[in-house]
Amino acid sequence: MMLAMKTVVHRDLILAMRRKTEVLTTLFFFIIVISLFPLGIGSEKQMLMKIAPGVVWVAALLASMLALERLFASDYEDGTLEQMLLMPQSVFILVLGKVIAHWLLTGLPLVLIAPLVGLQYQLPDAAVSSMMLSLLVGTPVLSLIGAIGAALTLGVRGGGILLSLLILPLYIPVLIYGSGAIEASMLAGASAEPYLMLMAAFAIVAVVFAPWATGAALKIAVE
Amino acid sequence: MNLNWFKYSSPASFYPFAGKLLPWFFWPTVLLTVAGLYWGFFQTPDVLTDQKEYYRIIFIHVPAAWMSMWLYIVIAGWSLVGLIMNTRLSYMMAAATAPTGAIFTFIALWTGAFWGKTSWGTWWDWDPRMTSELILLFIYMGYMALQAAIDDKRRADKASAILALVGVFMIPLIYWSINCPDPYQCTALHQRSSIKDIESNILWAMLTMTLAFWLYSFYVIFKRVRNIILEREKHTDWVNQLPEIQSVKGGS
Repeated sequence: MMLAMKTVVHRDLILAMRRKTEVLTTLFFFIIVISLFPLGIGSEKQMLMKIAPGVVWVAALLASMLALERLFASDYEDGTLEQMLLMPQSVFILVLGKVIAHWLLTGLPLVLIAPLVGLQYQLPDAAVSSMMLSLLVGTPVLSLIGAIGAALTLGVRGGGILLSLLILPLYIPVLIYGSGAIEASMLAGASAEPYLMLMAAFAIVAVVFAPWATGAALKIAVE
Repeated sequence: MNLNWFKYSSPASFYPFAGKLLPWFFWPTVLLTVAGLYWGFFQTPDVLTDQKEYYRIIFIHVPAAWMSMWLYIVIAGWSLVGLIMNTRLSYMMAAATAPTGAIFTFIALWTGAFWGKTSWGTWWDWDPRMTSELILLFIYMGYMALQAAIDDKRRADKASAILALVGVFMIPLIYWSINCPDPYQCTALHQRSSIKDIESNILWAMLTMTLAFWLYSFYVIFKRVRNIILEREKHTDWVNQLPEIQSVKGGS
C-alpha cells in the first residue's frame, strides 16, 4: 500500500521534472499577483502590513486552483488514469499519492517563497514565520479539496473556469483562518496558534474524506 | 398490506402522478400567499421595536432564506438517494430543485439588501449571515453550472450529486468560519433570532408565508421535473403516446 503510493508520487514528480515550466508557472503566478497589489493599492508600510495576510492567501488560493487543472487531466487524456483505477490498491491511495505529488510541486514552493513576500510587504519576522506555518498547514487542504473539483470537471468543456466556480467557495474556511493567523501574529497579545490548530484540524478531516470523494468522482469520470 | 415504495421511482409512473398533484399544490399556494400577505400587511402592528413599516419585509425575507437553505438539503438528500439506489428520478428531482433554491437565495439577498438599507443604512454589510447566504448562492451556481457543462446526462447527474454532498458537508464549516473569524469570539450584526421573542401574530403570518413558499416549491419543482422527464425520456414509447405529445405532433 505504501509502496503503491510512493510509486505514484515518484512517477508524478519525475513527470513534472521533465516539464519544469508548469511548476515554475504556478510559483511565478503567485509572485506576480502579490506584486500587483502594492501597485494598485499603494505602498505605504501601514497599508501593506494591513493587506498582506489577505493578499497572500487569496494569491495562494488562485495559484493552487490554477495548478489543479493539470492534476488528473494529462493522465485522463492518454488513458493512464483508467489503468490506474484498475490497480488492486484502493483508489484512496492513488488519489492521495497524486495529491501529495501535486502539493510538493505547487504548495510547498509557495511556503518556501513566503519570506520573499515578507520582504516585499515589510512584515515583521513573527508574521513571516506564521505565514510560512499557515501556508504549510493550509495549502495541503487546498490541494485536497481542489482534487474533488478537478475530478468532477475532468474532460468537461470549459473545465478550468468551471473548476474555480465549484472550488473557490469551498476554500473560504482556509482563507479566513489562514489570513487570520498572519494577522494575529502582527497584533500584540494575540496568538496565531488557535488559527493554526483549526487549520490542522481541517487538514486532518480533508485527508480522511477528500480522497474518498475524489476517488468516487474519478470513477464517474472514466465510467 | 404490501406497499410498493418504488412504484413512483420510475419516471413513467411518476410523470402522471406529479401531474395529478399539481393543482393540489397550486391552489393552496395561492390561498396561503394571499392570506399570509394580507395578515402580514394589515393585521400586524405597524412598528416592531425600533423598526417601522419596513420590518414587514420579514414576511418575504425570512421564508425565502429558510427555503433557500432547506432546498439545498433537499438536493443533497435526493443526491444521496440517487447515489445509493441508482434511481434516475432522484437525480431529476435534485436537478429540478436547484433553480428554485437559487432563486430563493437571490430573493433573500435582495430583500435583505432593502431591509439593510432601511434599518442599518447600508445595502450590503459583510455580516456573517449575509455572507453565508451569498456563498450559498455561489454554491447553487456551481452546482447548476457543473450539471449544464457535462453532456453525458448520467455523468452530469452523478458528478453534481457528489458536489452537492461535498457542499452539504462544507456549508456548516463555511458558515461557522465566516461567523467566527476569530476563534475566541463570534460576532453577528443580525440580532440573535429566537422564535419565542417574536410577537405571535407576526410569527404566524411569517410561518404562513413559509408554508406558501414551500408549497410553491413543490409546485414548481414537480412542474420542472415533469419537463425534465419528458426531455430525457423523449425516445421512449410511453412519452410518445402521451396525449399532450400526440396533440402537438398532430398539430404540426
